[in-house]
Amino acid sequence: MLDTALAGLVNGSSYALLALGLSLIFGVANVINFAHASVFAVGAMSGWWFSVDLDWPLWAVLLGVTAVTGLLGLVINVIAVTPLAKAPPIAALLSTFAVSVVVDNGAQLVFGPETRRFPALLATDNLGLGGLRFGTLDVTILVVAIGLMLVLGWFLRASRYGRAIRAVAQDRDAAAQMGIPLARVQNLAFVIASVLGGVAGVLGGMYLNNISPTVGSTVGMSAFAAATLGGLGSLPGAVAGGLLLGVVEAFGVSWWGGNARTLITFAVLLIVLWVRPSGLFGKRAPLAAEPMTGTFFGAARTVRLRPWQVAVAAVAAYVVPAVALDDYTVQIGVQVVVYAILALSLTLVSGQAGQISLGQAAPLAIGAYTSALLTTATGLDFWLSLPISGVVAAVLSVVLVSPSWRLRGHYVSIATLATGLLVAAAAVNFDWLTNGPSGVSAIPPPTLFGASVSAPLAVYFLDLTILLVVLLLVVRLRRSTLGRIWSAVREDEVAARSSGIAVADYKSLAFGIGGFVAGIGGALFAQQYGYIDPSVFGISVSLLALTIVVLGGLNSPLGAVVGAIVLVGLPEALRMLQETRMLTYGLLLLAVVLFRPQGLMGKVAR
Amino acid sequence: MSLLELDSVSVFYGQTQALHEISLVVEPGEIVCLLGGNASGKSTTMKTILGLITPRSGEIRLAGERVTRSAPAARIRRGLASVPEARRVFPEMSVEDNLLTGAFTRRTGIRAELASVYESFPRLAERRRQPAGTLSGGEQQMLAFGRALMSAPTLICMDEPTMGLAPIFVDRVLDLIAALNRDRGLAVLMVEQNAELALSIAHRGYVLNTGHLVLDGPAPSLIDNPAIRTAYFGA
Ligand SMILES: Nc1ncnc2c1ncn2[C@@H]1O[C@H](COP(=O)(O)OP(=O)(O)OP(=O)(O)O)[C@@H](O)[C@H]1O
Ligand SMILES: [Mg+2]
Repeated sequence: MLDTALAGLVNGSSYALLALGLSLIFGVANVINFAHASVFAVGAMSGWWFSVDLDWPLWAVLLGVTAVTGLLGLVINVIAVTPLAKAPPIAALLSTFAVSVVVDNGAQLVFGPETRRFPALLATDNLGLGGLRFGTLDVTILVVAIGLMLVLGWFLRASRYGRAIRAVAQDRDAAAQMGIPLARVQNLAFVIASVLGGVAGVLGGMYLNNISPTVGSTVGMSAFAAATLGGLGSLPGAVAGGLLLGVVEAFGVSWWGGNARTLITFAVLLIVLWVRPSGLFGKRAPLAAEPMTGTFFGAARTVRLRPWQVAVAAVAAYVVPAVALDDYTVQIGVQVVVYAILALSLTLVSGQAGQISLGQAAPLAIGAYTSALLTTATGLDFWLSLPISGVVAAVLSVVLVSPSWRLRGHYVSIATLATGLLVAAAAVNFDWLTNGPSGVSAIPPPTLFGASVSAPLAVYFLDLTILLVVLLLVVRLRRSTLGRIWSAVREDEVAARSSGIAVADYKSLAFGIGGFVAGIGGALFAQQYGYIDPSVFGISVSLLALTIVVLGGLNSPLGAVVGAIVLVGLPEALRMLQETRMLTYGLLLLAVVLFRPQGLMGKVAR
Repeated sequence: MSLLELDSVSVFYGQTQALHEISLVVEPGEIVCLLGGNASGKSTTMKTILGLITPRSGEIRLAGERVTRSAPAARIRRGLASVPEARRVFPEMSVEDNLLTGAFTRRTGIRAELASVYESFPRLAERRRQPAGTLSGGEQQMLAFGRALMSAPTLICMDEPTMGLAPIFVDRVLDLIAALNRDRGLAVLMVEQNAELALSIAHRGYVLNTGHLVLDGPAPSLIDNPAIRTAYFGA
């Protein structure tokens, strides 16, 4: 009992340090820094390098990590946040997301992707108090973490720049009028936050014992949940949220096993968003008046192709692979098509209705599992499972995300992110239904007119036909009254509401139809591989889908298809390594957000 | 030498021009008011003087030195201070921390300045530990004044210092401005919607209309000038 609580506090102190940084940055820059988790990973990896390869003592390791991650924080701010200060918040959200992908995968290329042992550097089981056993390590982690929190608290309260940070967080314009240099203060906040994150990486690495360049993603998400739990922007909340989440996770893991950790984290996060979005300590109404899209993407007009151009492209899409391409290339085509379907679902949700989803892998996974389980366990025909998959994905999408309709801006995106991760965690944990980590195999291929659709070209024709239907659906929807209402909600939610539009219902409808489309894509995905497991539907799939639509032009259905060809087809055709590919996605996303926010297929409106 | 000089300053927001070749001066020890109707460019002028907006053309001088492209901090060190529109105190910071923030650009003499502000505003001394957001509107206005004084300015820019205050506070704030001017020799550049009230304490005034300076002169000459009505309410 006490052991578990102590372990939770020790682990939670890493979350608290990370959450402090997230909240600090959120306060000063009004940005959710999705790259913060990567700072943790860089802290852990460089700490590992300093201590194992260079054989530095712990104090030197901490100093070295401070330098490395402090610099990283500065670079993140200068490259990905400051240039977007005048753009809507969604821009910085996407750009920091992109930076995190670049950093994580860059680190994998530098250090190698494998998991390695992090030396504890300190004893782990040499002390006792009553019946409680613990080590110098536990004490050190808690002392360093609490020490840093106290130093930070003192700095913010009593120092000149500390006061400046608080002033900027409360009122940027007024702070500027006092002569406070906003850019420097924001740099400072990023450096401080990143140093805390880097030290957390070392402490967390020692505690976890094993690290890899992607260790940040799980810990970072917990920190994210912790910051939201405490109330984004509230520093005492960040500490309390971190420690509380650490303890809750520790008990959960001791009762239900290690796999339950992520499930608990994201369930906690979603419940907080539903029940008390301002968190335990947050006072401010959660960002009531903050549109996430609007002019950033709204300013783009889409490039229109003439009907004959579309027809030629469609015919070519059928004919060229049939006559000119080998099986391998056709299989790439199949992947392109499935991702295009997934991306089209985002064109509706994020482009048309303006709700940025960071978790579109969720309906894809739900559709895939629904179809896979129905066709294997109950022997249902694929063609019947297809609409069912779409409907189940639609319903679950709406059920999971709609409680956050009271929220806006960042919080909707956080809710979609949590939903995506929750669904993946559920697939791991609900083994009675999903067969857990080992997944579902031997999914039968669909049959058509008595013949099995399993040859690459046949699968391609099937998927392409469904893609064209979806494309037609999306284009029609955009031109319909419904599409115009969605645009109104996207452009100005307040105005839409005051002109009598039931905003929440229309958002649900967007997620519902988007979920249906993604669910169909999931069913195709499952049948085409014949095998699925939870790892297939990770955050990288959500990221890829988002990158595709942002690259293609968030508000352009054709852009989704073009984006899928560029981002799925090209890397596959060039046989790029997974890490190189992810790195490229990240860099591309960053470049698009910084330099061409309207995407490839969008034009700037005048 | 004039404390502040604007020399045909033009300001744009994107494509639209908000200020057209504005020229104005503030001499030491003067109260100058900047009048004009809604959206005439008063706040824009103030922000340009403070360095929050950079003009496209023209020149700004503080005590004879060019500051057209300097950061706000550099201008504050040359004696400029601001009482922002709608007060804008930092609501979750204590009264004292608000005052100290006003002294951000200073390294010395901060304690003495704090004592002097507390002497001028005993209310603030009583509430030094209280979060500024819990003060009344009038008290917040005093805090905004005190915060501006913390940088030991020679010229304070005030954007609608009486906005949103109860009538008794309006008179008190105007008295306070007159007193600061009299006792400390502070120059004040003040934006006011209520021309009559502002001109009652000002020495001189300028009138803005849709980004153009249309009129200026000693306060008494402006009070009865029918052109002011035109500037405010259109022809
Ligand atoms: N940040 C901005 N971006 C674009 N236009 C702006 C911005 N700020 C002000 N404007 C425009 O510039 C013009 C002048 O605005 P300003 O705020 O200076 O007027 P004002 O005289 O202070 O008005 P009020 O009496 O309402 O305070 C207005 O047309 C306003 O819409
Ligand atoms: Mg104004």
